Amino acid sequence: MTTAADLTARRPASERLIEVGLRAAAAVGILTTVGLIIVLLYETVEFLALVGPLDFFGGTKWSPSITPYAWGVWPLITGTMLVSGLAILFGAPLGLLAGIYLALYASDRVRNIVKPTLEMIAGIPTIVLGFFAITVITPQLLKPIFPDIGGFNALAGGIVVGILITPLIASLSDDALRAVPRALGEGAYAMGATKFEVIRSAIVPAALSGIFASLILALSRAIGETMAVVLAVGANPQLTLDPRESVQTMTAFIVAVSLGDTPAGSIQFKALFAVGAVLFTITFLLNILSERIVRRFRQVY
Amino acid sequence: MDAAAVQPRFEPRLARRKLYGTIFYGLCILAVAILILAILILLVDVFIRALPWLSLDFITGVPSRRAAEAGIWPAILGSLLIVGLATVFAFPIGLAAAIYLEEYASDTRTNRLLRTNISNLSGVPSIVYGIFGLAIFVRALSLGYTPLSAALTLALLILPVVIIVTMEALRAVPRAQREGAYALGATRWQVTARAVLPAAWGGILTGIILALARAIGETAPLILVGAAGFVTFAPSVLGEGFTVLPMQIFQWAGLPQADFQGLAAAAIVVLLVMLLLLNAVALLLRARLGRHIQW
Amino acid sequence: MTVAASPLSAPDGAQPQADRPADSPTVRTRVPEVAASTTAGTTTDPATDEPGDVVLALSGVSLRYGAFRAVRDVELAVGRNAVTALIGPSGCGKTTLLRTLNRMNDLVPGFIVEGRITFDEVDLFGPGVDAVAVRRRIGMVFQKPNPFPRSIYDNIAFGPKINGYQGDMDELVETSLRRAALWNEVKDKLKQSGMALSGGQQQRLCIARAIATEPEVILMDEPCSALDPRATLQIEELIRELKSRYTIVIVTHNMQQAARASDRTVFMTMGEDRAGYIVETGPTNRIFTQPTHQLTDDYVSGRFG
Repeated sequence: MTTAADLTARRPASERLIEVGLRAAAAVGILTTVGLIIVLLYETVEFLALVGPLDFFGGTKWSPSITPYAWGVWPLITGTMLVSGLAILFGAPLGLLAGIYLALYASDRVRNIVKPTLEMIAGIPTIVLGFFAITVITPQLLKPIFPDIGGFNALAGGIVVGILITPLIASLSDDALRAVPRALGEGAYAMGATKFEVIRSAIVPAALSGIFASLILALSRAIGETMAVVLAVGANPQLTLDPRESVQTMTAFIVAVSLGDTPAGSIQFKALFAVGAVLFTITFLLNILSERIVRRFRQVY
Repeated sequence: MDAAAVQPRFEPRLARRKLYGTIFYGLCILAVAILILAILILLVDVFIRALPWLSLDFITGVPSRRAAEAGIWPAILGSLLIVGLATVFAFPIGLAAAIYLEEYASDTRTNRLLRTNISNLSGVPSIVYGIFGLAIFVRALSLGYTPLSAALTLALLILPVVIIVTMEALRAVPRAQREGAYALGATRWQVTARAVLPAAWGGILTGIILALARAIGETAPLILVGAAGFVTFAPSVLGEGFTVLPMQIFQWAGLPQADFQGLAAAAIVVLLVMLLLLNAVALLLRARLGRHIQW
Repeated sequence: MTVAASPLSAPDGAQPQADRPADSPTVRTRVPEVAASTTAGTTTDPATDEPGDVVLALSGVSLRYGAFRAVRDVELAVGRNAVTALIGPSGCGKTTLLRTLNRMNDLVPGFIVEGRITFDEVDLFGPGVDAVAVRRRIGMVFQKPNPFPRSIYDNIAFGPKINGYQGDMDELVETSLRRAALWNEVKDKLKQSGMALSGGQQQRLCIARAIATEPEVILMDEPCSALDPRATLQIEELIRELKSRYTIVIVTHNMQQAARASDRTVFMTMGEDRAGYIVETGPTNRIFTQPTHQLTDDYVSGRFG
């Protein structure tokens, strides 16, 4: 016979303790984000106090280590945008076509080989791609085409970062295309459309928001890219959109300051954080945008 | 139905449309081919440059101003030490966080925030983690430019990856398994530890290894916390001065002499081999642990 | 007395357990009369409408998911060592009711139990009563067999291990497998994976697993719906053997199964307010041959459902 005592809780305190511990671990995530924001904000505010927000956000000349000092951040931003823009220019069509191939043309056997291969390519450390840029891309591909192109140039950086983000775009587009319901394509086929026409006018448009979100994510990735750019593009902050020029991205500047003998607490040191804050903000906003698009995309089905 | 009457109103031009389709298909294949070709060229070029420099002395030696005597032993040790430590930090925390988010947390606002937060963190550029590490570990906590700071920084970097991958592995275990365990009188922790985790283990380990592979190739955040380019001694956890394999590659690649380009290539080969081994282990694990469970 | 579900939170979003098909027939009803009495310890005469020795008693029980009432006004007595079947059309709350009996619905956030449910005269939702302890005494077998991806032996040993079994595990495993009519088929391959068995064998494994914690009651949620006819008959045969040791409550869609395998039948249906309620309860024989209510008669003769 059961008694009330049999059914009474004898749950050891350890259950409660375990849950608290697990919760604390999950909180580490929040702590990191908060810490990140505080760190960046703190030094940036100090930096802006010294330099003045107008000079930083409005200036067009960036000269942090050579007098006369200039602290306009725009050359770094345009440098980043130039390289990332080129990367998207190369990566988006390649990635999208590859994604379409994977999702809609490739047999299962081919897919099982190509998809892991793409994943492995995405796993190549970016320093290796930077090496590729300066040993092969610039001297053997670009110099023959543009004889007076410099050893450091934005184009080489754009090409290798493009290679870097292509697997990402391909994989995410593949997912987006596969999420389109079969019935959609079948409806188009039933009207006598060729496969290409079905893809072009029915399937791709249906997957458009997922594809778009993948491009934004890839852009964010390209903007945050460091080592390939440091090696290939150089360190010449200037306000230009000419891909043959050497420029400096935000990420490259941060690395340059770290490699140099910059004393902690100096204005150059603080500049590192300020530029980092700009970088973080841009990528953060892009990531959120991408997520919003995906969420709206999910609701459609 | 009179076919002749219907016919003139349509000009299907089937042949031309099919041609467009074939061209498009060709373009798609071309895209994949270009990508694979580019990587192949990269690998071949690296390998050719590296060949004269790959030797046992290279692997066990230390960096030197004379290219012929340079080696990567401190870099290898540094990489193993720092990535190993980073995993020791990141794995338990990541596993615990994932268990909480997937098995314990209800769908409240706070918990949704925690989840979104993790996915945001995974999109933060790695160099920003380096900035954080510099400010907090190196300076605020006074750990200095040491492998410890580097390991902590790297741990934070791979933490979101570990959490996300573990959550996916946990999610793959069907609900019926949990219900079966609850119905036998198991507490939540017993269900998690005895029914869910054992079934998800393969996926979790595979994810850890992927995180490892990512960590080994990272350079920029480590530069910020003190990775140097010319380190001739073995690293110690709290000793200032250390290097890692990608850093050594960076150092050599930036030097003008062609010899150092060759050394850089050789170091790249070593790095790629390490990555290949890790990926192979992951594949093996996935095959052995994951396959017998056909839900 | 309203008792909220214990504060365990669900592992995933709230999924109401009852199926609620959009097109279930709305039924014109008279006010249903409650057929069964709930007083415990009444006569042991099976010929009357009262169950004998009562194990589970429900009184004034309503079950809600938040504001939505899924089941209302349940008065029910489950007799010891008997098979009680819950029958009725889809979505009338049978499974919701069943899963409340071993407090599985505690895992659904926002689930509320009103009224009183007693187990051997102890309030199942009383203060200090731990759902985990309840589930050892009231076991459950699910619709689709869900063995763990472990050996047959470890599947059976799982429950006893977590409940701190002190005795001889080998003996317990063998006893459980014998009582589930599975021993002879697996005694030489106890180390084999439980998932390598056939569907009917897996379900018997799940029954053996539930038995291993030495429960008093076994709840079965449509245990044969995923099995072929031969396996179904084997399970029904097994249920007849099991009732001498255990009290069994079984939800089934299959009227013939209820008629074959149960001693008492509870017929539920869904009202116009989409809440399920008990129409009639009684010895299976009587329910199927001389039902008191028109609704019951319509259902058991196949006119709806």
